Amino acid sequence: MVEFNLPKNSRIQIGKTYKAPSGAKRVRDFKIYRWNADDGKNPQTDTYQVDLDDCGPMVLDALIKIKNEVDPTLTFRRSCREGICGSCAMNIDGINTLACLKPIDECKGDVKINPLPHMPVVKDLVADLSGAYAQLRSIEPWLQSDTPPPPNGERLQSKEERVLLDGMWECILCFCCTTSCPSYWWNGDRYLGPAVLLAAYRFIVDSRDERTGERLDALEDPFKLYRCHTIMNCTQTCPKGLNPGKAIAQIKQLMVERQI
Amino acid sequence: MTEHTTSPAVMRSKLGQARGLGAAGSGFHHWWSQRVTAFALVPLTIWFVWSCVHMIGMTRADVAHYMSNPLVAGLMIAMIAVTFHHQMLGFDVIIDDYVRDDAKVFTKLILKGINTLLGLVAVIAVLRIAFSG
Repeated sequence: MVEFNLPKNSRIQIGKTYKAPSGAKRVRDFKIYRWNADDGKNPQTDTYQVDLDDCGPMVLDALIKIKNEVDPTLTFRRSCREGICGSCAMNIDGINTLACLKPIDECKGDVKINPLPHMPVVKDLVADLSGAYAQLRSIEPWLQSDTPPPPNGERLQSKEERVLLDGMWECILCFCCTTSCPSYWWNGDRYLGPAVLLAAYRFIVDSRDERTGERLDALEDPFKLYRCHTIMNCTQTCPKGLNPGKAIAQIKQLMVERQI
Repeated sequence: MTEHTTSPAVMRSKLGQARGLGAAGSGFHHWWSQRVTAFALVPLTIWFVWSCVHMIGMTRADVAHYMSNPLVAGLMIAMIAVTFHHQMLGFDVIIDDYVRDDAKVFTKLILKGINTLLGLVAVIAVLRIAFSG
């Protein structure tokens, strides 16, 4: 449902400022969303001044530096620091992306960092993605086939069939796209969102999968699929350069093909 | 933007919530109709605008005579039917996006009723003029 105002207990207040060490020459302000469930306070934006001469180039480098050297209570997810795990997805400078792939130099002015939009917050920059994970599980993102695998254990596909999976297998499930989608913000409980629909299409076009029809049946719904209005925030924000909007359009095209 | 808590009254598993009531088994027809009516409205609207310009300066009797042509009356009624149908499909989308629960059914029924009535009035007006010519 559309919301024009944040609930009272979610309105963001101005927080503390942590000054840069004296003598720092290239100082940048990082304005970071802070909230934890334990103190009963509203969320606030804390400002951390970071000396860029003493920091790695990416936003994740700055976050790790802040956590290690300034404020160990700052909470965020990170793991691989090279854009493969999808853990450090957050909203940086107004766009959902991975902190490990976002150069500080590309941010305009202060570096504003918030959790992924419109998801419940666990703490600080950690969004609760369990709903989105359950939606992914609901489309059964694994190969389903009645034909037993050949004796050598491998299901073969031609190069042409394999090419169809390009642009989809690369998805790391960071949910930057899903949480950038206004349709998902308003109807995230029923609309599956771009990441899950991309995953659904990945199995719909997999030549080795034999449940194409059932998969399309499961998406034939005004909300699960058709809340997509081709807004394309998903494609614009994807830190891996994928195109979930196109995948959704291709699902809709298959819906046409099987009816007309 | 950011919410902090999910409703404590909901203890159903996330997977149960995600599966919900299952796929409705519809959606394609609505989506397809919206596009077909949109395409149909392109020539119909061009013809309608041309027709309006054509009628500038005509007397009522001239208009009635023009509209008594079955092709003109037919196109006019098609224009009205497709416009109001497309309009209702668009309303459905907006309501599905922004309205929920009981308010949703109520809003849809009211809008559908008003929309159908206005469409009928427009068609009857065309027929009345056409048969008077």
